[in-house]
Parts: sequence; C-alpha cells; structure tokens
Amino acid sequence: MTSGVGAPRRARISARTLRTDRWWLPPLLTNLGLLTFVVYAGARSFMGKWYWVEEYGYLTPFYSPCLSESCLPGSSHFGTPLPELPGWIPLGFVALPFLLGFRLTCYYYRKAYYRSVWQSPPACAVAEPHGSYSGETRLPLIVQNAHRYFFYVALVVSVINTYDAALSFTHGVGLGSLVLTTNVILLWGYTLSCHSCRHIAGGRLKHFSKHPVRYRAWTLISKLNVRHMQLAWTTLATLMLTDLYVMLVASGAISDLRFF
Amino acid sequence: MSYKAKFKIWRGDDQTGELHDYLIEVNEGEVVLDIIHRLQATHAPDLAVRWNCKAGKCGSCSAEINGRPKLLCMTRMSTFTEDEVITVTPLRAFPVIRDLVTDVSFNYKKAREIPSFTPPPGLGPGEYRMKQVDVERSQEFRKCIECFLCQDTCHVIRDHEENKESFAGPRFLMRIAELEMHPLDSADRVREAQDEHGLGYCNITKCCTEVCPEGIKITDNALIPMKERVADRKYDPIVWLGSKLFKREKA
Amino acid sequence: MSQVERHSYDVVVVGAGGAGLRAVIEARQRGLRVAVVCKSLFGKAHTVMAEGGCAASMGNANSNDNWQVHFRDTMRGGKFLNNWRMAELHAREAPDRVWELETYGALFDRTEDGRISQRNFGGHTYPRLAHVGDRTGLELIRTMQQKIVSLQQEDFAETGDYEARIKVFAEVTITELVKDDGRIAGAFGYYRETGRFVLFEAPAVVLATGGIGKSFKVTSNSWEYTGDGHALAMRAGATLINMEFVQFHPTGMVWPPSVKGILVTEGVRGDGGVLKNSEGKRFMFEYVPEVFKGQYAETEEEADRWYTDQENNRRTPDLLPRDEVARAINSEVKAGRGSPHGGVYLDIASRLPAEEIKKRLPSMYHQFKELADVDITAEPMEVGPTCHYVMGGIEVDPDTAAASVPGLFAAGECSGGMHGSNRLGGNSLSDLLVFGRRAGLGAASYVESLESRPTVSQSDVDAAAEMALSPFDPPAEGVEENPYTLQNELQQSMNDLVGIIRKSEEIERALEKLAEIRSRIRNVTVEGHRQFNPGWHLAIDLRNMLMVSECVARAALIRTESRGGHTRDDHPGLDAQWRNKLLVCSAKDDDPVVPGVEVTPKEQLPMRQDLIELFELPELEKYYTEDELGSHPGRTA
Repeated sequence: MTSGVGAPRRARISARTLRTDRWWLPPLLTNLGLLTFVVYAGARSFMGKWYWVEEYGYLTPFYSPCLSESCLPGSSHFGTPLPELPGWIPLGFVALPFLLGFRLTCYYYRKAYYRSVWQSPPACAVAEPHGSYSGETRLPLIVQNAHRYFFYVALVVSVINTYDAALSFTHGVGLGSLVLTTNVILLWGYTLSCHSCRHIAGGRLKHFSKHPVRYRAWTLISKLNVRHMQLAWTTLATLMLTDLYVMLVASGAISDLRFF
Repeated sequence: MSYKAKFKIWRGDDQTGELHDYLIEVNEGEVVLDIIHRLQATHAPDLAVRWNCKAGKCGSCSAEINGRPKLLCMTRMSTFTEDEVITVTPLRAFPVIRDLVTDVSFNYKKAREIPSFTPPPGLGPGEYRMKQVDVERSQEFRKCIECFLCQDTCHVIRDHEENKESFAGPRFLMRIAELEMHPLDSADRVREAQDEHGLGYCNITKCCTEVCPEGIKITDNALIPMKERVADRKYDPIVWLGSKLFKREKA
Repeated sequence: MSQVERHSYDVVVVGAGGAGLRAVIEARQRGLRVAVVCKSLFGKAHTVMAEGGCAASMGNANSNDNWQVHFRDTMRGGKFLNNWRMAELHAREAPDRVWELETYGALFDRTEDGRISQRNFGGHTYPRLAHVGDRTGLELIRTMQQKIVSLQQEDFAETGDYEARIKVFAEVTITELVKDDGRIAGAFGYYRETGRFVLFEAPAVVLATGGIGKSFKVTSNSWEYTGDGHALAMRAGATLINMEFVQFHPTGMVWPPSVKGILVTEGVRGDGGVLKNSEGKRFMFEYVPEVFKGQYAETEEEADRWYTDQENNRRTPDLLPRDEVARAINSEVKAGRGSPHGGVYLDIASRLPAEEIKKRLPSMYHQFKELADVDITAEPMEVGPTCHYVMGGIEVDPDTAAASVPGLFAAGECSGGMHGSNRLGGNSLSDLLVFGRRAGLGAASYVESLESRPTVSQSDVDAAAEMALSPFDPPAEGVEENPYTLQNELQQSMNDLVGIIRKSEEIERALEKLAEIRSRIRNVTVEGHRQFNPGWHLAIDLRNMLMVSECVARAALIRTESRGGHTRDDHPGLDAQWRNKLLVCSAKDDDPVVPGVEVTPKEQLPMRQDLIELFELPELEKYYTEDELGSHPGRTA
C-alpha cells in the first residue's frame, strides 16, 4: 500500500482503516443480495418452463416479451417472429441483455458492486486492495457511459411489462394480476428515477425558467431519484417474487387467489 | 455530568508518529474539538490542530475520528459511549505536517487549474438577471466550506497517490459543475471535465456525499449530471445527430 | 542569527478576509505585485461567519431606497458618532461593490424579476441586504477567493507563473511592522507550519486583520480575532479610535456551554422570528428608546402586519439596532424572566412553516440541530448577547484608508470610524467591500507616488525575531506562566468587567487585572519546538490581546455616557457633549514587550452641510448640542 494511505509523507498509520463500526457489513449484504438475484434469475431464465399461466394470462417478466416459436401458446403477446430456439437460449433473450445492461450501468448499482464485488473501495475511508486504479476512464468501464441507451430500451420493456400486466386483467382479477401490477409500478419507479432519465428530462438545461414543463418533470424525477437505491433493491425483490408466484401457479404448486 | 473519556490521538510528523493515549475530562454538550483544546490547555500545549470558527462554517478542523473523516467541531461527544476509545488522526489522504495538521496544498493547486467564471459578454455590473430556479443548483454547490473531507475520503486519490496528478477530486469536479450550471457562465466545461480533470476516474461510490458536513449531494447533483453531460457530448450519437440536424441555440 | 526568508512586494495585505481580498484584487488590477498573508488557510477567514447579508441600497426590494436613506440609517445606528465621510462613501458605493461581485461569479438569492433579492435587517429602513440564504459571508469570501484565482490564471497565461503578481502566504502570522525613517518598510512574521521567519519588504502594508473578540470570554469570533492589526498599527505609531465601542450581538447561542457565543443570525428576526421572555411575552415593545420613538411598531398586530405591508406599518422593535436589543435581553435576564440557561427565547417555529424555515435559514437549522440538538422548526431557540464586533479600530483617512503612518492602510473591522458607536447588521460586509477596495487603491497610489523605496534594517529584523522567540526562554526570575491560563484570565475579566454593561469601579478593577497580566506576560514560557506549536502562537497573540484590551478599558473609563456599544451603568444617558468626541488610543514608548497605551480625546470634523441637511432638525436635536445646530437650515430659516 505504498501508493495509498501508506504513501510517503502521509501520517504513519499501518492500519488499513481505523473504523470501529461494522463497515464490512453493507458490502457483504450487497454481495449476498446480488448473488441471490443472479443465481435465481439465472436458474429461472434457463429453466424454460412454468413461466406462463394460460388460464389467467400471467407471464413472468423474465420471459417477456416471448418472441419465438418455442414459447408456450398464448404467451407471445407480440407474435412469434423468431423460429424455435435451442434449449440453452433463454426465451426472454431479447429483453434480458438490455435489462441486465440497464442495471449493470445504473449509477446506483455501479456504486453497489464497485464497493462490494470489486472492493473499490469496500467502504468509505477503508483502503482498497488494488494496486492501481483507472476508474471509468478506459475500456471496459468506459462503456458505463452508455447507460442512457439501456434506459431507452428499458422504457420499451416497461411498456411491454405494463401490457403483460394489463392483459392479465382480461381474465378477471386474481392475486397474480395484482402481483404483476405492483411489480410493473415499481419497475416504472425504478426506470423513471434513473439518473439518465433525470438528465434527459431537464437536468441538461441551463435555464430551467425557460422550460417550465421540463423543469416540472425534472423536479418530479429528482424526488423519485432520491429513492433510486431503494427502488433498485425493491424491484430486484419484486421481480423475483413475481416470477416465483407465476412459477408456483404455473407448476400447480399453489392455486391463484381469485377475486373476480 | 462530566466523565473521563479515553482518547487515542495520533502525534508525529511526516517521518514518524504514533497514537498516544490520553484520559480527558468531558462535559455535557461538548464536541471533540473541545476535548482537544482541553488537552492543549492541560496536558499537551504543543499539540498541533488546525481550527478556526468552531461552528462548522469554515471547514478548518477536518480530521479522522474513529477512522471516519469528520469536522472536529461538529462531532459531538454524545455520539460516543462513555467507555468508547475515541481515535483521532490527521487526514490520511494528504501529507501530514504535525499531529492533526495536514498539508492540504493539493487542493489549492487543483483549484487554480479549474477555469474561472467566464462573464457573459455585453453584460455590465448591475445588469445580471437570473431566476431563482436557475441559480439554485449552483447555489447548493456554493455551500461548500472547503473542508476537503470529500477529497480526503475519495479512494481515487486516498488509495492511489499517483492519481493526484490527473484527478481534481470531488470538490473541484463539483466546482466545474457549479460553473457549468451557472446561468450566465459563458464557457464550455464539459470536455475538459473529462479530459483534463479526471471525471472518468470517479466511480460514483458516493463517499464524498457521505462525508460532506454541508450535506451537499455531490454525487447525485454534481458528478452524475456532469457525467451525463459528458455522455451527451462524447458518447451520444443521437444528441450529436440531433444537434447537427436541428441547429438550435443551446438551451 | 535566525534564518529569515525574504520576499519583496509592492503591497502586503495582512488578513485574507473580505477586506483583505478586496484590497488584493484592487491593487493587482492596478498592476502591482501583492502578497496576501493570512493566519489561517486561504478562504477560512472570519468573513465566512457573516450570515445575514450585505447592505447596499440597490432598491431591488423597495424602490424608495437610495444611498441617502442608507446613510441616514447608518448614522442613526452609530448614534451620530460615525465618521460621516466614511458613512457617505459606504452608502454611495456599496451597490456598485455588490454588483461587481456578480461579475466575479457570485450567486445571490434572486427577486421574482431576476435581480438580487434584499432582506430586512435591524436598523435598515428598507429591505436592503443582498444575501444567499444565511451564508452570505461564505459567498463573499469564496467569490473573491475565486476572483483572485482567476487573476492568477490571467497572470499564468501571460507569464507562465500563477504567482507572478499575487501570492498567498497561508498560515503566516505577522508579528511586527518594520519602518524606515517613519515610513512603512515591511512586515515581519513566521510560518505557523514550520515556525520559520519571513520578512516581506514592501513600501505599503494594508491591515485587514478583523477584530478583537477573543479578548472576551463569550464571543462569536474565532481564535484569529486577537486584535493583531490594532496592535501592530499602534506599535508602528498609528492611532486607534472608538475602542470603547464593542458590539454585543443580541443573539448568540447560550447552550450547551461549549458553543456559548456562537452567532444566531439577525436574519432570524428579519424573516419573522420574535424575542420572548420566560412568560412568553414579546418584551421588545417595552424597550424602544426615546430617540427611536415613533419609528417602530407599538403593537404586536402592527409589527406582524409590517412583514407583508411595509408602506403602511412600522417595523417590529425586534429589529431595533443591535445595542438596544442586547441591552433589552440583558435586562430581561437580570429581572428573572430569562430562559433556563440564562438567555431569552427567539421563536421562529411558531411564525413560519417548517419547510420555509429550512429554506430561508438552512445553516441556523443545521447549527442548532447539530450543536444543541434543538429543532428550530419545532421549538424556540435560547439566545443571549455575545461579543461580536469592535466598532473601534485604526484611525484612517476615509478616502484612501491611509493610517497616520505613511505606507500603512487599514480596512474592514480593524479600521475605525465608519460605524460610530454601533454597527448596523449587514453594514460590515458592505464596509469591507467598499473600504477594502479603497485601501487597495490607496496603497497602490501611495506606492506609485514613491520616489524611493524604503529599506529594512537588519537590526529591526533581528529585534523582531528575538521578540518572537522570547516565549521559548524560561524567565530569569519568577514562575513560568502558561499562555492558556493568562488568556483565560484576560478573557474572563474583560467579559465580566468591561462587558456589555460597565461601571467605573469595575473598569478600574479590569485595568488592575490587565496590569497584573502585563507583568506576568514576560514570564510566559512555552514547551516544544517551533513547528506548528499552538502554545507559542498564543503566547505571541497574547501581547496583542493585552494591548487592545487596555485600549478598550481605558477608553471605556473615560467616556462618561452611554452610547451604542458602550453602556455605563453609572452614566446611563446619551450626552450630547460627548457626541463629537473621539477617544484616540496610542502606544507609549515605555515597554517593548507590551507598550502601555494612552487615550486622549479629540474632536471630529463637523458633518458637511448637504449631509446634515438630510436629517430633520427634531431628530438631530436628540443627539446634537444647541451650538452645533446653529447653521442647520431648520434653524436659520
């Protein structure tokens, strides 16, 4: 650590940090949280079944939009322009990379995994274990600047998910439709609270006073943006829970609670 | 009401130094700086500490308390338990001068490298008209008291001395954002932020925001918006195309 | 002999607060090479503590405002003892100085139509204070700091050296001014960081060192405020005036003890906050003095209406000049109607919605939350008087800021005259802009007019070095004294005996105590070495504190009346015979360590005719003697 807190002329303190609180806990929890999602989402995406409940029109967001001949009848809300897929390609492969990309390049998730997975830094004022650091100045991390494109696609996917949820109501109302709807609302919250969205809506303006509508939009998004972290974690959870619910109903493990 | 608190205070210079143990009286309502002053007046008259207003307004008494960058004058003793050992060290990202005083000249050097406010041509004194909503964003950044805690905690330079050359640090990237958002500043600062002042080094891990005693949302309101502006300019073909097709004056 | 680093400049500005920085900018713009010396880091000076705003009659909030109204308010606030020429220049030039800051990049709060917003303050007829929330001083100092950086960038572009014309010497203390044949030849000091000595050879020195508040126990001032400029000037042969006038800001924090004295901005009252005693009564209505009768609201209803309709109502007495409010609070506490910790209540929580309070007074909200665990949007603050500002200072020529010693200039709090016996809130920030600039100009013109440059003699440098190092030598006889102990005793006696309310026997006791400290001060001994040694720094500052304290006490004893920041229990009334008398303080030649001081009365020049005609005769009659008013048109008509 001769280049960091041990650099010449700095106070000679050998400890990596003198923090006495449990600074290692948040990165640990982040790692566990992210790991849980990756394992679950990976397993489910490749499972290839129990993603569609024909009777009530429930489609899990992990498989939406389902665009190939391999999709179960009725689950393809936008037709099947693609041929049958080999089993190793997830049926949701069209949207999944973008959703993954949207979250990977998200300003909040970047903070989360840089701190937890990459330990750069693990916590504030705790020395990181890396010898050198170039941040997001060069490849591959310079790609993080593409966040806004993933955001544009994520908007489209949010519309699709909304359509999926709305469609379930044509079959009546069950707990599943409410689950899908809640998930979609929160997804919209996460997507719209994105920093890129905030910038595009109004942040890039120099004179708010000349653009009252965009200023209003910026103000609202700024309020949402403060909750971006909470929305990021909540939507990870609701995505998994929504999918789990659809899976359990589709597999017949439980039956949907119907209201109407 | 008063009790004896256990302190470990780093004493030394840029060559050697170590933590010294002290047992010092603490009274109700006191802050860490009061304790340091009591120590000076009783046990250690030559203990070096930099301070000034003692009201959290000047940003002089920056140090690290239990490993966290803080203002000595704004850290109340009531935030610690009576049997807790309180460790006070100088800032660890900058060269130490003596005891709790560090050489923060890095920051003044960086300040000089940021191009200054560029007045709009054709407007004289007294002719400036700006709307409150337009000045508010920059005003948030101008709350900065230059305590340099954000500079101290930022791992880009704290953990990598070699990056000091090419990275201005959160305080001065925020200064660029402040000028960029100033309604009447007429300079273009976006490309320079990335190419000259190291905006790309920032990995938005938000420690600067966490330590800011003024509660400025450095990351969300200054650094990320600057990164987005850089993306507008350097990494966004749609905006680029749009600006070519519809040559509108800059909003 | 000690190693001394030498620098040669055209102008040395001592102090990097608002006045100092404004002087630097002006002198540099005249093409001179300037060194700016500050005791703290660059940008940390006490100006950052100014909260409420900067008074300038721009007329943005009320178009009836103009420099004449501002001038009248200033003279009234100072009880007509002000140097009227300074008050005139100040009122005339303040708007330009504020507008100029915008061209440096300052971002003041705005009015609806995009101009600089202005707020109400005690003693000002109209909303007049340009402000940024409650951190106006920070905005000023940062703006000028950044302007200096921009000038350095210009110099860099031209010469390849940022420091070709302006160099900042941070954490350097000046201990002595050096003269050559009666003129200023330079300034001698040391780096706090290393303890190494430094000599600035310069024909002009601008003192902008601020105030003397650290001579008092309860103060809003920082450690830097040890009266360095006052003492340096006196030792160099210049004079101080008005030192008996010390402003106690009515609202300082009183609890917890460690923050006692920290300022609570007058902006709280300007924005609707009111003072209440322990019975919940708004007591200020009882304390409107004779001279202000008729100018302030007489009922709570009228006072409350005034916030929204200033044309048809009179302002609340909560916004009387500071000396009046401080005395009123003092009386309430003495009468047993104080708060639990010996102050009174300042209530804004019941007057404005919580969100509005946080928006208008963010640092006050923050300060009470962090330091006292009090939520000012939910409960009242406890406040009491705190030593805040010294009206007295170096006697200067109003137009050039020149002191009586050739080559010596002074601006800001360390200069005297402008505020008379009491300063209005908001007039200090405008003062330092107006006279900071004038000092820069004055120094520049002086340097340009010189035919030969003064030289510094080696013996003066050696003597200064020896003096600075003396605290390291144990005394030949007697006990070693701890500088912290002496400082404490000095602060306590000044606070108790020459504080907000004074009596002759108490002042005499204070003078005895000061004499005792004077005899002990040569035995002050410090441990350790010269590198960043706070004990040593204090030992050096103590000499200055003692000198200015003696000035305050001696002048306070002589002035047998009560006026503005000087209240004598044994002479409670305003005495027209004293209005025109200045008490001039100068150093004696008796003692090189801490020269004694002597105080002599002196008459001020009568106010220029066109200025005195700005006042109505009945008002002047409250302050002036019959003889003085003979030529007023109200009399001659």
